[in-house]
Amino acid sequence: MKTYGFWIILGVLALTGLGFTELVDNEYYFFASYLVLQGLIMAVAWNILGGFTGYVNFGSAGFFAVGVYTSIALDKAIGLPLPILILASGIVCGLIGLGAGYLTLRLKGVYFAIATLAMAIVFETIAINWEYVGGAKGTFILTPEDSLFFDSYIELLFMVMLLLALGSVALSRYINSSRLGQGLAAIRDDETAAECMGVPTLKLKLISTAIMGAMMGIAGAPYPFFVTYVDPVSSFNLLIAVNAIAMPMIGGTLSWFGPVIGALFLGTAQEIITVTISSELNLLIVGVMLVLFITLAPQGIVGLYQDFMRKRRKND
Amino acid sequence: MFPYELFLNAVVAGVLLGGFYAAVALGLSITFGQLDIVNIAHPAFVICGSYTAYILNEHFGMDPILIGIIFMPVFFAVGVIVYRIYYASFEKTGQESLSGLAFFFGLMFIIEVVLILVYGVDYRLVSATYIGQTIDIGFLNIPLRMAVPFVVAATLSLSVYFYLSKTFMGRAILAVSQDRLALQLMGADPVKIKQFAMGIAIATASVAGSLLIIIGPVEPSVGRLYIGRVFAIVVLGGMGSISGTLIAAVMIGIVESLVATFYGPSWAPAVGFIILLLTLAFRPQGLFGRQ
Repeated sequence: MKTYGFWIILGVLALTGLGFTELVDNEYYFFASYLVLQGLIMAVAWNILGGFTGYVNFGSAGFFAVGVYTSIALDKAIGLPLPILILASGIVCGLIGLGAGYLTLRLKGVYFAIATLAMAIVFETIAINWEYVGGAKGTFILTPEDSLFFDSYIELLFMVMLLLALGSVALSRYINSSRLGQGLAAIRDDETAAECMGVPTLKLKLISTAIMGAMMGIAGAPYPFFVTYVDPVSSFNLLIAVNAIAMPMIGGTLSWFGPVIGALFLGTAQEIITVTISSELNLLIVGVMLVLFITLAPQGIVGLYQDFMRKRRKND
Repeated sequence: MFPYELFLNAVVAGVLLGGFYAAVALGLSITFGQLDIVNIAHPAFVICGSYTAYILNEHFGMDPILIGIIFMPVFFAVGVIVYRIYYASFEKTGQESLSGLAFFFGLMFIIEVVLILVYGVDYRLVSATYIGQTIDIGFLNIPLRMAVPFVVAATLSLSVYFYLSKTFMGRAILAVSQDRLALQLMGADPVKIKQFAMGIAIATASVAGSLLIIIGPVEPSVGRLYIGRVFAIVVLGGMGSISGTLIAAVMIGIVESLVATFYGPSWAPAVGFIILLLTLAFRPQGLFGRQ
C-alpha cells in the first residue's frame, strides 16, 4: 500500500510540473525551480554516500562540473541530443567516482574526504587549461531551437530536471530499504564489525560512490543549456559543494527523506534570500545554518521532528 | 640545450616557496597529524592571518611579520575556542568522522564568505621595504619577498620542533598523539593538552598568513588552493612529523616551481593535489611515516 502511495505521489508531482509549464508564463519561476531541483539531486546523491554510508564527499562541485563539461564537449564535438548527454555525463562521473573510491576508500574515511576535495581542484585546473571547452575564459552554448511542445526551452529543462529529481529520489528510497542500503548502514555504524560479519564493505562502498558520482554528473549535464555561458569558476562553484552537504545535514542524513526536506527548505530559502536580500548574504546564511545544525541538531529537521513527536507521545 | 640557469633558478625559488609552505602546513601537521583533528579550515585561518596583516599594515604601516607575531596569542585563543566547540559537539560523542569534517568545512566557508562580504573579492597586498628587492648571486635572482618568508618560516618550524621535543608541554602533546589512554592513566587531562596544541596550531596560522601576503596579493578564496597542498605535505611528511613536514614542503615547492616554469603557472595548483592523490593511493603512511 505504502509503495503505491509513493509512486502515486511521484506521478502527481510530475503531472503538476507539466501543468505548471502550461499555466505559468513568468520564466523566473522555472529558473528558480530548476536551481532548487538541481540542488535536490545533488543533495540526494551526496546522501547516498554521506548519509547512508558515512563517507564525506567534499568534491561534489567537481563531479557536477565534470558532468557540465562532458555535456559541453560532446555537444561541441558531435552535437548529441540532451538525453544522451545526460546519460554520458552520468557514465563518466560514475566511473570517476569508482576510480576515486578505488584509490582512497580502503583508507580511513578522512582520506577519502580530502581526496575528493583535491580531485575537484585537479579537474578545475584541467578545465582552466582545456581550450576546446573554453579554458579559463569560458564558453557560450546555444540552446536548441526545438523545445518540443513546451513554450520555451527553459520549461523543457525544468521538466527534464523534475523527472531526474523524482527519479533520483525514487532510487535513493529504493537503496535505503534494499539489501544494499542495509549493508551501507552496517558500514556507517561500524565498518570493522560489518567486515567481520561478511559484508563486502569495499564493494558496497564502491557501488555507492559510483551511484553518487553518476547522479551528480547527471545533475550537471543540462546545466550548460540552462545558463548558456559556462566558465570554470561558475561550474566549480564552492556553493554547489556546500549545498550538497548542507541540504542533507539540515534535513537529516539517516533516511532518504531527509535530503529532500533539506533541499526543498534550503533551496527555496536561498532563492528567496537571493532575490530579496543579496546573494552574498545568502552564502553566509547557508554556512551558518550548516554549522548550527551539525553542532546543535545532528539529525537535522527529520530528527528534530521525531524528537518532538516522541515528547508529545510521552506527554499524552 | 638544457636551460640550466632557468632550471636552477626554478629550484631555488621552489626551495624558498617550500619553506613558506612548511609554515602553512605546520599547524595542520599538529592538528591533523598529531591530534587527529581534520581541520580543513586551517588554510582559512591562514587567510585570516593575511587579512589581519593587511589591515594593520594599511592603517598603521606596521611590518607584516611583526603583526603576525603580535597576533599569535589572539589566534591561539581562537584555536582554543574552536577546539572547545569541536570537543563538546563531536569528539565527546564520537561524531568527528562525519559531522566534525562537515563542521570544519562549514567554518572554512563562513570565514571565506565573511571576508568577501567585508572586503570583496579584490586582491589585497601589504607594503614593506623588502618587498620588491632582489639579491643577485651570479645568475641566481632571489627576490626578498620570497627569501624573508623562507627565513621566518624556517625559524617558526624549528621553534615548534624544539618546543614539541624539549619542553614539558610539547612532550605532553606528543604523548597525547601517541597514546591517549596511557596519558589519562598518568593523571593528565588529554582534552586540556589537545586544546593547548590546537591553540599553538592556529597561532602558527597568524604568522603563515602574514608570510602569504608578503609573497603575493591575497583574496578570500586563495585559501582553498592551499587545502590540497598542505594536506599533501602533511601526509607525505608522515603525519605529524615536523621535520618530515619541512622536507615534504620543500619537495612540493620545488616540483611546483619547476612545473610553473616549464609548463606555465596555471598548472601549478594541480601539483600538490596530484601528489596527494598518488600518496594516498600508493603510500598513505607518507615518505617518512612509521608503518
